[in-house]
Amino acid sequence: MGLEFLQYSFMLRGFAAGLIVAVIAPLIGVFLVLKRYSLIADTLSHVSLAGISIGLLFGLNPGLTSLGLTVATALGLEKMRRGKIYSEAALAIFLSGSLALAVVIFSLARGFNINLLNYLFGSVLTVSARDIYLIASLAIIIFAGILFFFKELVAVTFDEEAAQVSGLPVRSINTIFIIMAALAVSISIPVVGVLLIAALVVIPAVTALRFKKNLVKTIVYAEVISILAVISGIILSYYLNLAAGGTIVLLMLAVFIIVSLYKREKKYVYVRSDQK
Amino acid sequence: MKLDHSKNIIEVENVSFSYGQTVVLEDISLVVHPGDYLALIGPNGAGKTTLLKLMLGLLVPTRGKIKLFGRDISGSKRLNQISYVPQQGDGSDINFPISVYEVVATGRYSRVGIGRSLKPSDEELIKKALEQTGMWNQKDKLIGELSGGQKQRVYIARALSSEPEIIFLDEPTRGLDREAEADLYKLMRQLNREKGLTLVLVSHDVEKVTVEAMHIACLDRNLVCHNSPAEFLADSNLVDMFGEKTRVITHHHHK
Repeated sequence: MGLEFLQYSFMLRGFAAGLIVAVIAPLIGVFLVLKRYSLIADTLSHVSLAGISIGLLFGLNPGLTSLGLTVATALGLEKMRRGKIYSEAALAIFLSGSLALAVVIFSLARGFNINLLNYLFGSVLTVSARDIYLIASLAIIIFAGILFFFKELVAVTFDEEAAQVSGLPVRSINTIFIIMAALAVSISIPVVGVLLIAALVVIPAVTALRFKKNLVKTIVYAEVISILAVISGIILSYYLNLAAGGTIVLLMLAVFIIVSLYKREKKYVYVRSDQK
Repeated sequence: MKLDHSKNIIEVENVSFSYGQTVVLEDISLVVHPGDYLALIGPNGAGKTTLLKLMLGLLVPTRGKIKLFGRDISGSKRLNQISYVPQQGDGSDINFPISVYEVVATGRYSRVGIGRSLKPSDEELIKKALEQTGMWNQKDKLIGELSGGQKQRVYIARALSSEPEIIFLDEPTRGLDREAEADLYKLMRQLNREKGLTLVLVSHDVEKVTVEAMHIACLDRNLVCHNSPAEFLADSNLVDMFGEKTRVITHHHHK
């Protein structure tokens, strides 16, 4: 199987967008999973869809309205979490509420002349050059942000209270992180679509965690899994004429299952080494 | 900052705390001196952990105020003078991909500054903290691979790495077997007696803390006593109230 499909500029763009998302999603994903926030990615992606529909309804740039609404919701959710009124139920309400809003707006304006399915399941082939610029610049911001705050993110993710007592600005770090998560979700939509983003964010992270390495290695493993799945997913989908987003996610799931079987938790008796 | 023995480290002044309508603590006043080793005891739900979190600034009193080194805790910058060893047991650290060394390093991060990496002097302090707690040879293991007693040592090492003047510990011996428990008390005794560290400890284990600590504060929503272990043990009413109740709970935990 050759790479001759890259001679088409639309394929090249799709490939570029896919790779950028493949790098960014697990970077955010590992921290989300460790914070037990996995569901947030799913919720934010649906909010993002509502943002897109609002943009289309009012003739604004849907990319920007989606970005704005997603970041605002992420900040709201973080505030609720701080106020201890955050729960899985709140996420579910936001998720279905924004999906409902999006569906109603889409049905209101049948003249949108766009395909809802492209947003739901992604469409690497319709990524425009302008999309690429937006995705790439946001990705650089996210990447630089995670790198800059890496050690603080580790401390806060590992033990929020101890981090706060030690004098770290826990609230600001959580806020910055949730904004970056919202940006990552927004930029992933063209590639995998609203319904499959959570998979891209969560599956490589969960798979990498199975290897039981330290955090940096876990992130590297997650990146490798994600990049390989996106590349092979796009190529496979091109040659077999499959949906790219779905193919990518299925490949990731396959890797997850193989790794899980291989790294199955041993049923061990917990012998404390200080009990010898 | 050097220890100023003329100052109290912590002053709790007429503090009350409620969760909604439920009053958890009522009109608590107590003082912690430099070099003190204070044990907070009391039955389940007596407000021990709540008082600890109030002193740490993690919760804000409904009434009254708390001073750290003479300054109101709510407005003051902490300057890393205090450290915290949270209660373990929810098991959230078992699958966390972080090595022992990295856990202890997180204790230095607020001093290092955002966007900067650890300096050799920070690494020295991390090493010293790991050596003090006897965990240096385990530094490359993942935290989830350790036993309960070893984990507590790592969390104490993390607390030590920030060079605090006071460490707050929430039931550090919970769930440990007798030997690990004895080791941990020995470590805390060394830190307090030899290094002059001030310790505030929440415990269920009245038998142990009356031997180990310098002061005992008995909580049951109110502050029922705050005196030396000898005075506590001499008061049969107190021993009946706190000793028995807590002994039952202690046994329950160890089964």
